Amino acid sequence: MTGTTRRELIVHRAGPAVTVQDGGRPGWIAYGLSRGGAMDRMALAEAAALLGQGESAALEMGGVGGRFEAGCDLRIALTGAPMRASIDGAPVVWHACHALPKGAVLEIGPLQAGAYGYLSVGGGLAPDEILGAVSAHLTAGLGRAIEAGDRIRVGVDRGSAVARKLAVEDRFSGGALRVVESLQTRLFPEEQRARLETTRFTRDARANRMGAKVVPEGEPFGVEGGLTVVSEIITPGDIQVTGDGAPFVLLAECQTTGGYPRLATVIPADLPRIAQAPAGAELRFRFVTMDEALAAEAAHRAALKEMPRRVEPLVRHPGDVPDLLGYKLVSGFSNGEHHDH
Amino acid sequence: MTHTSSYPLLRTAGIDGMLVSFGDRLSEPANRAALAFRAALERESWEGVEEISSSLVSAYLRFDPLAVPHADLEARLRALMGSRDWLQAELPHGRRLHRIPTAYGGTLAPQLAEAAQVAGMTEADAVESLSSARVRVTALGFAPGQPYLGELPEVWNIPRQQALTPRVPQGALVLAIRQFVIFSVTAPTGWRHVGQTAAPLFRLGAKRPFLLAPGDEVEFPQVSVEVFERMQDDPDGGASWEALP
Repeated sequence: MTGTTRRELIVHRAGPAVTVQDGGRPGWIAYGLSRGGAMDRMALAEAAALLGQGESAALEMGGVGGRFEAGCDLRIALTGAPMRASIDGAPVVWHACHALPKGAVLEIGPLQAGAYGYLSVGGGLAPDEILGAVSAHLTAGLGRAIEAGDRIRVGVDRGSAVARKLAVEDRFSGGALRVVESLQTRLFPEEQRARLETTRFTRDARANRMGAKVVPEGEPFGVEGGLTVVSEIITPGDIQVTGDGAPFVLLAECQTTGGYPRLATVIPADLPRIAQAPAGAELRFRFVTMDEALAAEAAHRAALKEMPRRVEPLVRHPGDVPDLLGYKLVSGFSNGEHHDH
Repeated sequence: MTHTSSYPLLRTAGIDGMLVSFGDRLSEPANRAALAFRAALERESWEGVEEISSSLVSAYLRFDPLAVPHADLEARLRALMGSRDWLQAELPHGRRLHRIPTAYGGTLAPQLAEAAQVAGMTEADAVESLSSARVRVTALGFAPGQPYLGELPEVWNIPRQQALTPRVPQGALVLAIRQFVIFSVTAPTGWRHVGQTAAPLFRLGAKRPFLLAPGDEVEFPQVSVEVFERMQDDPDGGASWEALP
């Protein structure tokens, strides 16, 4: 690294819900600060596998991405919800990693499915730490959204792999979620517990990093009026039922305690699916036993561990490439127009 | 619906949490029990346990369920639960008494008069009552360092308001159901805004980033608006503390 080249990602434009996110900040719930971190932790694992590095902080992009420039030679991985993306005008594949040479411009457009896309870089984004993590936790007032003009520091990149892809199972269109009983499930009448499993829910437009509202088809849910429940610990995945009878599934940036009763808790392995469900997506819930949930967790962790071995070379068929000459056919080279070394 | 005899009650929270509760509503003994049980869990420092906290009447433990089988942890917790009468537990050691100067009423805290009226008091009596009360941090929750403080005298057993106040500023001292909350961030609330404080509850980079800890005691002595304005330049917002025995 020369004295004039800073390892950084330059932001020329950013959507309103772009933040730096990592695995979050465990260890502070006793002080009222929830863990936070990426809404779709699976996307961070996928980026780590593609880039051949440990899990690192990434840009989480809700809704729309932005326009970014490499302040130095970078490697990038695009994971999570697929978004339209191009490097110096040439479309690039999502769920893959690419070279982004110094000066190259990465344009990330709107979502094509899902809710949160992720831009990771080799070496990881490395803005200043707050209480041991770099993720923004806007609900708690930690950090802030990324804005045009930001230059985000990038860590030292020890890897070299680019042009690799990862086949990803669809978790971007809702579907079935496994739940376990929560500490308050039994406060709900049996009829409602049974109905939770047979009801079709639609992900409401009202959703943010705290949680997502899911609207039931048919009768509302709720504990008989007048019951006052003492405020109790809340964990991500908890399905909280507020006054209007539409459950709210709590996610990464949820509060640490709350008074509204919780009907059930979505298991961690299925959290990416609810975090990534776009507005209007259909969701269903299914109770599983604790043993089934733990088996699912073991399978989920095994799949994460296996992920680096599923990465494969990104082979382009010339016929699929609309602008062949615009492409960098050899990693690290470019047409020279934008990348003045 | 209350089964007092079933407490302490052990329940799971998600797949990786266990919760030991000492009551189904806030009470002084249940809160003391929760704090003491949490302190005991911290002393035990069992392998596989990743995080410990307490809420109003419960202690919570997050663990790696693949490293520590549920049955093992449950057995340990039940043994600890049965090892003593937690409702008789003393408060944790290392507690502090904080004095956080507060401007009551006026434009800084516009709902004092309304709260006093609901409680059936004059505004002056309300200030007298609130500024001389000593309350305890029963739990931190919702936002970083944000305390639930209780319990105020019975006269303050007033309900939440019907509609939410869209936003109260950081430092707002709000009141309902015999409790105070101080807001660590600007937020909406259904509680009434009776006082305004200037002490930061959460200070990044400080050796002790969170001003208050569960079990600490707090008083809110009254200051004039002029004094309050001056305190805003003080990094401690005029707050002071001393160790409790």
